[in-house]
Formats: sequence, structure tokens, C-alpha cells
Amino acid sequence: MREEHGPSPTIWPLGFAVGISVALVGLIVNPEWISTIGGGIAIVFGFLWARDATAEMRAQTPVVQAEVREMTPAEAAALPAGAGEAAMAPPPPGQRYPRSRFLEGATLGLGGVIGAIVTVPVVGVALLPPFIRQRGHTVDLGPLDAYPVGKWFIATFTSDPGEGEVSRRTAFVRNNGVTNNVPSFTIISNRCAHLGCPVQANGPTGAILGEKNVTEHTANGAVLLRPVVPAGFGCPCHGGQYDTEGNRTAGPPVRALDRYSFDIKNGRLTLLSTFSVSHVVGTGAQAKIYKYKLANPGDHIDGPEEWFYPLQPPHH
Amino acid sequence: MAIRRSPSKAQVRREQMLAAVNYPIDWLEERSGLVGGVRYFLFRNVPSDINWMQTLGSAALTAFIVQAVTGVILAMYYRPTPNEAYSSIQNITDHVTMGWLLRGMHKWGASVFIILMFLHMGRVFLFGAYKYPRELNWIVGVLILVLGLTEGFTGYLLPWDQTAYWASVVGINLNGTAPFLGPWLAQFLRSGQEISGDTLSRFYSLHMLVIPGGIIALITLHLYLVVRLGVTSPPWSKEAAGAEVVEEASPLRAGLTRPVPHGSTGGRD
Repeated sequence: MREEHGPSPTIWPLGFAVGISVALVGLIVNPEWISTIGGGIAIVFGFLWARDATAEMRAQTPVVQAEVREMTPAEAAALPAGAGEAAMAPPPPGQRYPRSRFLEGATLGLGGVIGAIVTVPVVGVALLPPFIRQRGHTVDLGPLDAYPVGKWFIATFTSDPGEGEVSRRTAFVRNNGVTNNVPSFTIISNRCAHLGCPVQANGPTGAILGEKNVTEHTANGAVLLRPVVPAGFGCPCHGGQYDTEGNRTAGPPVRALDRYSFDIKNGRLTLLSTFSVSHVVGTGAQAKIYKYKLANPGDHIDGPEEWFYPLQPPHH
Repeated sequence: MAIRRSPSKAQVRREQMLAAVNYPIDWLEERSGLVGGVRYFLFRNVPSDINWMQTLGSAALTAFIVQAVTGVILAMYYRPTPNEAYSSIQNITDHVTMGWLLRGMHKWGASVFIILMFLHMGRVFLFGAYKYPRELNWIVGVLILVLGLTEGFTGYLLPWDQTAYWASVVGINLNGTAPFLGPWLAQFLRSGQEISGDTLSRFYSLHMLVIPGGIIALITLHLYLVVRLGVTSPPWSKEAAGAEVVEEASPLRAGLTRPVPHGSTGGRD
């Protein structure tokens, strides 16, 4: 005796899930190949799964009887002689897949396939490019001689000369000298940790100090170095204030100012990438920097509020 | 025997003129039914005691149409690239014939559109016009309002001056502080980690193609629902559903009738 039961378990959903996982992992690892492969796996297994799941339904096609009725005498009489029989043999009894349902399925299925083929690249191009292949730029800030030990400079540079003026950025640079044969620089980004306005140095610059601005010509075009003696940094937009290590001292910012990591290449100061900082203890070469992955301005990177931003979009 | 007078020359000419005017209209109507449709839309019944407050929706629609038309013309002169955006705006303002006027209409019209949407929303709220069966139209209206505000946000960057740039930086980063998906939303709007030329062209596309398309679709749905469900009477209406039918007020007193709360006898007991 057979019991009523649901569809027997299949492994197709498992393969579908694997495909989706591969596609998602690929988004982070290698969007071009791994994601495509994962998507392909998901589509194939999804199709097989759908076919399996609907097999029972598709098998139970209703039995369609040919429409038959007795002719009225009048109709019979109206028939021309010799035409009394059906012009076409009635369809054989048994299961038959109705034409209308086939057309309905074909229209929906084909339409769906065409729609998907058209939609995937459109949605993909609309959504993916901001998140993949985000490359950082190394920036040549000129020779080390341009940075006397202990002096602050406001360095203005184009991070991507190909992009033009729109990539102009500003950093506050101080040479902390060499400790244990390791050169130390404090390089603070001027992007406010509140909402991203340009932070300014609170202190005299250039002419007031009696010092001249220096323009270094580097691989990144002209880098302007303006000497400054900052008491701290302040944001013009909403009044966030920071000390000279970038720690927040007042106002709305949620963390310290971001910093640049750097390298010395052929005796030239080179900026590598940006990272976020919750706070800094100590100063200069002795500073202990609490370093985090680069985060959006206004996003908490430590404390309970950090849980509001569990997944940061991919950065370089 | 009746004498049949032949029609005068003027009469004949008038009939000919009428036929000439009617011919293309009839041609269109016979093939599309559009004339009847427009007539149905324009001459449908509305409550007799609607008032001027109920023109705020049409006013907002007019403001949107002005924005759409002026925006299309501005797009003929505007260049959404970092090096040319600001100078093309200056060119529109200073050199294109009446460009200053067109840009002014678009700039100030944006605020007018937003203000009118809010006034319209206030009217709908105070008149209780959002109640059954019109809840869906309230929802559609809210979506239009949100898209309208998004238009303001994306359009603000386009002049590409210091105000535009830094306001957009702040606006994008505000989006970035939304919990969970905020950082992703910010990176999407910015088209990457940093503001670049892509951000400008992205905002331009959103501002002039994507969002207006959505607004037009939603306005169509909004109007369809207005026509289908009818216009609401003011809350003080004597014609309100369930209210007693009252005799028409004397024309002299039209507009002077004081609202009578439901359930009270209006001090006539």
C-alpha cells in the first residue's frame, strides 16, 4: 500500500545553494570568474530543481474529452449529402497536453528567459561597478628632504592624475624622524570623520609663519606643501574639532581622523592607502594608533554602535 | 405646402467649417477612443462643494511638468563632466538666450514643486482624503514625494560648484550612516570609494532619466486612482457619505455655511 507523500527528497536545492554561495563569495574574491561560475551552477541546478518540483504537476494533465453532442435533426438535415461524418477523426482517448496550456507556458517561459538575459547585464552594470575592482592609488609626495623633522605640512595632491582635479586630496603630514632605523610619519587625511567635509588646520600657515609654500613635481603632478603650525584640526561644516593626532576633541565626529599608510620608495615619501582610526594614544613616533579598515565618515568603528555596520563594502 | 427655405450662405459656411474642424477629431476618436477618454477625464463628476484647496494636486503636477520641460531644455546645454559642468552652467546663465530665465525657472521651480507637494499632502491629511478606499493613493503619493526629494538631492550636485560638491559629499555620507546597508548605499551613490567624474554623470542620469521616469509612472497611477475613486468632499460637506441630504443652501449664502460636526444638531435643538 502506498502512502500519500510529498515529493521525494532531491539534491538539486543543495546544488542551487552551493551555486548561490559560490556566486556570493565570488563577488568578494573574483567577481568576473568565480561569480559567473557560481551563477551558472545556480541557474543549472535551479532549472533542474524547478523541473523536479513541478514534475508531478506537469504529469497530472487533465483528461480532455473531445466535445461531442448529438446533432439535432435540423442540423443533420442541413448537412450536405455525403458529409454526415466528422471531417476529422476525434482525438484518441487518453492523456493529452492542451495546446493552450503549452502556449501559455511557452510564452511565460520564453518571456522570462529573454527578460532575464536582458535584465542581468543591466542590473549588473547598474549595481556592481561601484563595488568591484576599486583600486587604490599610490601617491608620490616628493623627496624626504622636503619634510624637515617635526614640521607640519598641508600637502595637496591629485590622487589620480588621469581623473584630474576632481581627485585632488589634502593630507596633513609631519615627519617624526627616525626611531630605531624606522622612519616615522604622521599622515592625517583631511576628510572629516563626521560627514566628510574638508578639515582645516587650526593655526598659522605660510606667509604668517614667514615660510614659503613649496611645490614638488612628482609622478602625481604638482604637490603643494604649505607649512603650518596647527594647534589641532577643525571642520568648517559642523564644527568637529580634533587634536594634532587626529583624536576628536569636540563636536559631532564619531571617531578620530583617518590616516594614510606610507612607504619610502627611493627616498621619496609615498602614500599607499587610507585606514580608519578610533583613537590615538601618545604622539608622533610613539603614538599607539587603534587602526581599523577604512570606513565611511559617520560610521562607528568601535563600541556597540559598530554593530550597526557589520559589512563594509569592499575597499582597496 | 411648406416652403423649404434653402440655408443661407453664412449657415452653409459655418457647417462646412464645423465639419472641417470635426473631421480630424472624429477620425482620431473613431480609431482610438482618445477624445472620449479625455472628455471623460476632464468632465467627470466631482462633489459640488470642493474648494480651492483641492487644486493643490494639479498645481504640483503643473510644477512637475515645468520642471520636466525646463530640464529637458537645460540638458541641451549642460555637460555632465567634471571639467565642463560648471562652465556649461555659466554659459547657460550668461550667454544662452534667456538661459538665465530657464535655469531660474528650473532652480526655483524645484522648491515650488516640493512645497506644493507638501501643501497637497497637508490638504489630503486634513480633509481625511487618505481614508478608505484611498489608502493606496496616499502610499503612491508618499513615493512620489520621496522621489521628488531625491530629485532635489541629485540635482543639487549638477552645478558642480563648491556648495554643490560639499553638500553632496555630506548628503552621500549621511546616507552612509544608515545602519547596515548605509555604507553600501553611499558607495553606490558615489560610484566608488571617492567622489569622481562618475559620481557627477551618475547623479545626472538619476536626476534626468531614472527618477523622472519613476515619478511619471507614479503620477499616472496616482491620477488613475483619483479618477477611479473620485474626489473627496471636504470634511464639512453636507454631501458626505452617510450624511443627511439637506436642501441646497441659497446661492447668496454659498460659501458661508459653517461646518456642522457629525452627530450634533448644529444648535437647532
